[in-house]
Amino acid sequence: MQQLMKLAARNNKRIGEIVLAVEAEKENESPDTIRGQMVISWEVMKQSLKKGVTEDIRSISGLSGGDGKLFFARQPKYLSPHISKAVAWALGVAEVNAAMGRIVACPTAGSSGIVPAALMLAKERLAVDEEKIITALFTAAGIGIICSVNASISGAEGGCQAETGVAAAMAAGALTELAGGSPTMVGHAVALCLSNMLGLVCDPVAGLVEVPCVLRNAGGLMQAILATELALSGIQSRIPVDEVVEAMNEVGDSLPESLRETALGGLANTPTGNQYRKKVQ
Amino acid sequence: MGKADSVFEVIGPIMIGPSSSHTAAAVRIGLISRAILGESVKKAIIQLHGSYALTGKGHGTDKALISGLLGLDVADERIKSALEIAKDVGMIFDFQKVDLGDDFPSNAVRLLIEGPTQVHFEITAVSVGGGNIGVIQINGLSVQISGEYHTLISIHNDRPGIVAKATSIIAQHKVNISNMCVSRQRRGGLAAMVVEMDQSLPSEALSELEDKAQIVRLIPPIY
Repeated sequence: MQQLMKLAARNNKRIGEIVLAVEAEKENESPDTIRGQMVISWEVMKQSLKKGVTEDIRSISGLSGGDGKLFFARQPKYLSPHISKAVAWALGVAEVNAAMGRIVACPTAGSSGIVPAALMLAKERLAVDEEKIITALFTAAGIGIICSVNASISGAEGGCQAETGVAAAMAAGALTELAGGSPTMVGHAVALCLSNMLGLVCDPVAGLVEVPCVLRNAGGLMQAILATELALSGIQSRIPVDEVVEAMNEVGDSLPESLRETALGGLANTPTGNQYRKKVQ
Repeated sequence: MGKADSVFEVIGPIMIGPSSSHTAAAVRIGLISRAILGESVKKAIIQLHGSYALTGKGHGTDKALISGLLGLDVADERIKSALEIAKDVGMIFDFQKVDLGDDFPSNAVRLLIEGPTQVHFEITAVSVGGGNIGVIQINGLSVQISGEYHTLISIHNDRPGIVAKATSIIAQHKVNISNMCVSRQRRGGLAAMVVEMDQSLPSEALSELEDKAQIVRLIPPIY
């Protein structure tokens, strides 16, 4: 991550622009082709954002659905209206996923609500254009790649910190860049966000991508927004970002198997969680 | 899971939820099984193992596998109603929960499929994470097929010259081999060869190989 931040700063470019150039070279395609592929992904994200808060959604198991729409229609007591809407989007996309709707895995299907909700928040709150959103998606992708290569983006390997934690870190980096933060601030946003999500376990009730996965998309989004504001204020992570990613890897390796997507521990192993399992199977 | 090191592995695939391993991968297993069969699927017995058997239903693994057998893509919204579509087109299918044994990873499935010409296959495949798959057995023969490449599959009686024939055809067409594997039941018994390639071959290039083998398939990448 440090390398990527330096490269962007030295060339006076956004991190997303560097990630795009590297990807184009690696895939032996023109940057326009690669960018075009991302435009398609963003279109699918937008469809899922809309669907999640406007349609009546229910999963096969009945364990999830309807929360995104409910939250979207409500006047918040403490959150700003913009952030409240974004939370609804994160819930909604995760519910669309659970109900066999079309989403973009980001970095996984279970954590697919966080990055789209964050980018739509930036689009509405800061009135940034689509061009910048697409570049921010490459910034997010770069952060995701770094986490995947140096730690994990799989709940079965690293727990929920590897899925919604990484998604939140991707969103935090993108939000920071879109708000005009420097590459260094982007790095701090990622580090601060991951630090707050370290150790989050993967304990899906009945083994399904529903409880608590949908809820954790909302939680991840809030952590991303918090880390963004902290980084933009000039607050720095005392631990360098690459060391935080290393720590996430170490924490993931130390998690017992019961808390890595096996549905044998945590919320999945509560009396009510076990009742749901029996019902679903 | 392998390390995602490209942009669209981290942001992607565009897919029908809820799970890359239990839904998207299952569609791809169906798609590649259909491609190996080489014709439409009339009849399918689908044996779910491990976590596919335990949590498959809630993840729509059944619908996803049938979708693939019908030829639907991982992002097709009709996946949700795949079982009804299959009934409409007259596909006969049955799901069974089985224990394939400890040698098989948790997300594994064995498909016994048959086409209109009565050609039939037994295919065992696994989800390897992030929506990626591997076919690990065809008709009991060990293979390694990822579905990400142009893939040449030959099933033949084990004897000298088959591999040389295939590689010389591939070389003649200046096609690059990315992975290759061979296996057999026993010396002189039934054998399988799988070649994953960066480019495709013209189908007529394979006629000489078809003369020597029982089954030859050329499959385009499914993702």
